Amino acid sequence: MKHRSPSEQHHGKRARAPADCLTSQEAMDDKAPSNPRELTQNPLKKIWMPCKNGLPENHISQRRVCMTNCPTLIVTVGLPARGKTYISKKLTRYLNWIGVPTREFNVGQYRRDFVKIYKSFEFFRPDNEEGLRIRRQCASAALNDVRQYLTSGGQVAVFDATNTTRERRDTILQFAEQNGFKVFFVESVCEDPDVIQENIVQVKLGSPDYTNCNSDDAVEDFMKRIKCYENSYETLDEVLDRDLSYIKIFDVGQRYLVNRVLDHIQSRIVYYLMNIHITPRSIYLCRHGESELNVKGRIGGDSGLTPRGKEFAKKLSHFIQTQGISDLKVWTSQMKRTIQTAEALNVPYEQWKVLNEIDAGVCEELMYEEIQENYPLEFALRDQDKYRYRYPKGESYEDLVQRLEPVIMELERQENVLVICHQAVMRCLLAYFLDKTAEELPYLKCSLHTVLKLTPVAYGCKVESICLNVDAVDTYREKPENVEVWRLSEEALLTVPAHQ
Amino acid sequence: MAVVMNSSSDQKRLTQTPLLKIWVPWMSCSHNRRRGSSVPQFCNSPTMIVMVGLPARGKTYISKKLTRYLNWIGVPTKVFNVGQYRRQAVKTYKNFEFFKPDNEEAMNIRKACAAAALSDVATYFTREYGQVAVFDATNTTRERRAIILNFAKERGYKVLFVESICEDPEIIAENIKQVKFGSPDYADRDFEEAMEDFVQRIDCYRASYMPIDDEKDRNLSYIKIFDVGSRYLVNRVQDHLQSRIVYYLMNIHVTPRSIYLSRHGESELNLLGRIGGDSGLSPRGQKYANALATFIKNQNIKDLKVWTSHMRRTIQTAETLGVPYEQWKALNEIDAGVCEEMTYEEIQEHHPEEFALRDQDKYRYRYPKGESYEDLVHRLEPVIMELERQENVLVICHQAVMRCLLAYLLDKAGDELPYLRCPLHTVLKLTPIAYGCKVESFYLNIEAVNTHRDRPGNVDVNRNPEEALQTVPDHI
Repeated sequence: MKHRSPSEQHHGKRARAPADCLTSQEAMDDKAPSNPRELTQNPLKKIWMPCKNGLPENHISQRRVCMTNCPTLIVTVGLPARGKTYISKKLTRYLNWIGVPTREFNVGQYRRDFVKIYKSFEFFRPDNEEGLRIRRQCASAALNDVRQYLTSGGQVAVFDATNTTRERRDTILQFAEQNGFKVFFVESVCEDPDVIQENIVQVKLGSPDYTNCNSDDAVEDFMKRIKCYENSYETLDEVLDRDLSYIKIFDVGQRYLVNRVLDHIQSRIVYYLMNIHITPRSIYLCRHGESELNVKGRIGGDSGLTPRGKEFAKKLSHFIQTQGISDLKVWTSQMKRTIQTAEALNVPYEQWKVLNEIDAGVCEELMYEEIQENYPLEFALRDQDKYRYRYPKGESYEDLVQRLEPVIMELERQENVLVICHQAVMRCLLAYFLDKTAEELPYLKCSLHTVLKLTPVAYGCKVESICLNVDAVDTYREKPENVEVWRLSEEALLTVPAHQ
Repeated sequence: MAVVMNSSSDQKRLTQTPLLKIWVPWMSCSHNRRRGSSVPQFCNSPTMIVMVGLPARGKTYISKKLTRYLNWIGVPTKVFNVGQYRRQAVKTYKNFEFFKPDNEEAMNIRKACAAAALSDVATYFTREYGQVAVFDATNTTRERRAIILNFAKERGYKVLFVESICEDPEIIAENIKQVKFGSPDYADRDFEEAMEDFVQRIDCYRASYMPIDDEKDRNLSYIKIFDVGSRYLVNRVQDHLQSRIVYYLMNIHVTPRSIYLSRHGESELNLLGRIGGDSGLSPRGQKYANALATFIKNQNIKDLKVWTSHMRRTIQTAETLGVPYEQWKALNEIDAGVCEEMTYEEIQEHHPEEFALRDQDKYRYRYPKGESYEDLVHRLEPVIMELERQENVLVICHQAVMRCLLAYLLDKAGDELPYLRCPLHTVLKLTPIAYGCKVESFYLNIEAVNTHRDRPGNVDVNRNPEEALQTVPDHI
């Protein structure tokens, strides 16, 4: 079998060294340079690692993507209805997607769990001693959970609360210092009444706090709630807080003040926050039309569309026109099948190499039956961990996510976009928008000839699936029951979809 | 290569361009559709980056660095330094009095210089395919900035202001030392004289300096950099390009440090004259790894980070250092696609046309099912960004990769890049100074095969094999 080239179509970034490693000098003095450790290639991820007696050693650089040496605590700051929770959730989703274990801790949630029924804004009055006590307790409970999370595998915790007083922020800073966490503040400042109003309508009316309230009463109560915070609000100060690390976001992103970014992860967070917006828009995701290799049940390659595939392209064109989308950007990969599909739309489009399908390395253009026949071990490993599994001389879903990150960043900046891509690529993009885990991602259903329309709404994304009614082969292979390397061929091939 | 479509369908044929391997419609040329680069288009209208700040605030440093970065990632960019124009107009610099605000004659000259520079900016955009112009001058008055804004508005150029604000006397003094003394203005002055004159020069600007105003200028796009990056104020970023520029500016620093670049030790495939693959080190390669370990130790580098690719040969080299290292997939060697693990002789035999195309345009040429140098640059961008953030780093990589990184650090263009010399068993130490980079080359005295293939005389597809293989280095 001819060896395939390791197609390097991605920006990859691997593990970082931990803070507690030896200094270069110390480490070098300990090891005798003339006896380097033997290397072995990890069968799943195809990573070269040192080994002893044929077994891989616990090697530092094999840690998962770790962009910071110590855990980071992101602390939101701002009056109610300034988008703190929106930012917290979005940032958490992004960080998890790029492989940084992140979780958000919403103090309001803790309060709702504690005080079962919300009566009115009076709870938040600054002179309500009982209320203050409960709120302080909730903040403490949340910080405890933060500590628990960051010391058991979590890397970033987003502490989502108003945190509008210097006193509260000092408490958090002390907590972080005691535990060796870095702190990064994200303050949202906004005085535009329209934005605040829209905010309240989008997320507050649906809040558990206001389930039994009519809209007008809810809005009125919420406005009074905001007032409770206003008097004691101490914004992050350029002088007083000059030693803190923070970003201040003004008017939903018109302006940013960034102070003392300490490390890589903070730099990435700042970049992300500076690229997101809340202008309403929709993202359309679809695969290329059915291809010649699709019908033959072969993966990868660079084949053209079948007649049915071309039919889909035409229907896609009609569909896009009927949607009446203003200023639609169209993106494709650099593979023939996506470009052929875009050509039918008769609009300008951009080719992105990073949207190319996952590289199946030595398995390019093979059928699953052939993979089972020639690489049964690889086939089994893939079923065991489809997200991390890297094809020999190819890529893994994990690699795909790394190379798709600039696409996601640009999608955040853009407004209406149609992305014509491939099965694995579409799964990765979808997982980002719908907050799917690494385990779920490689099994998301992305059928041919179906368009997914994603519209951000409240804290998430509305998905509409539009099947354009052109028949196509099924390319979805379920995870089979038996994923052991010694399984029989029949067991391995049980879930392969039908093809020519 | 062309796809034969049903004549009944009105879909155009696609054909794959032979050099870039990009699929394009058969008769596409005349359309205003952007085709075939591996990098999406950044912006449609030309952009002016306008520096703002007192003298010795790093404006020229930022201008040159930013220009280098943008050109490297494929955005044609040029610096227009008004001081340069002034030096052309006024052959000999006498003293700071030229810059006194009441010196009418000088004022006129300076205004004329700015106008000349702006005119050149327009030429650069309209006739030289430029996309970004960095207008490097103090631009410290609202009046001057208004002129520039008008100029840009009339022509449909976008404007991004970059203001550098710093009052730390140490930084300013260091600045003056590093770059002003070398300036033609002070060529025959001694240290103290020059320093004194320059300080008075700065004072000339101070009285009339009006920083960008967060209220009055709230509709402008700008980034204010405070104290060499401890704080930034970013206002109204308009598009992708400005977002990338802001991100870049927020990641660079001026802390002294060195970047060490080296290839892996000689590999088994190197010895056989074969390209690509994932082989291990040869015995000489292992010797190099040992020598590298000794070298690094003797350099006494503080807090050195070591990066490798995911390929065995770089990792084997790093292992010998006995320190923690990070593996980056992005540092993997260029993917030669169908030519992986072939010798040049075999490539000539099996793919003579490809071989010729590569010699015609080595930077843009993409191997079938592989990559081009242009693709490589794109995937190395995050590495460069992280290199900017870091301090002392040793990057153990591969020939093509090292050429790309070196081209970024030494500002080499696309036609030079693929021919930069990066021999095996040689460490390059790069130390930023003044506006550029000092390079020291250390050959660690372990013999290795030569892997550098010069561009042959004949690059025509009809050349004979001997002509094609003339410059192939020796191998087993």
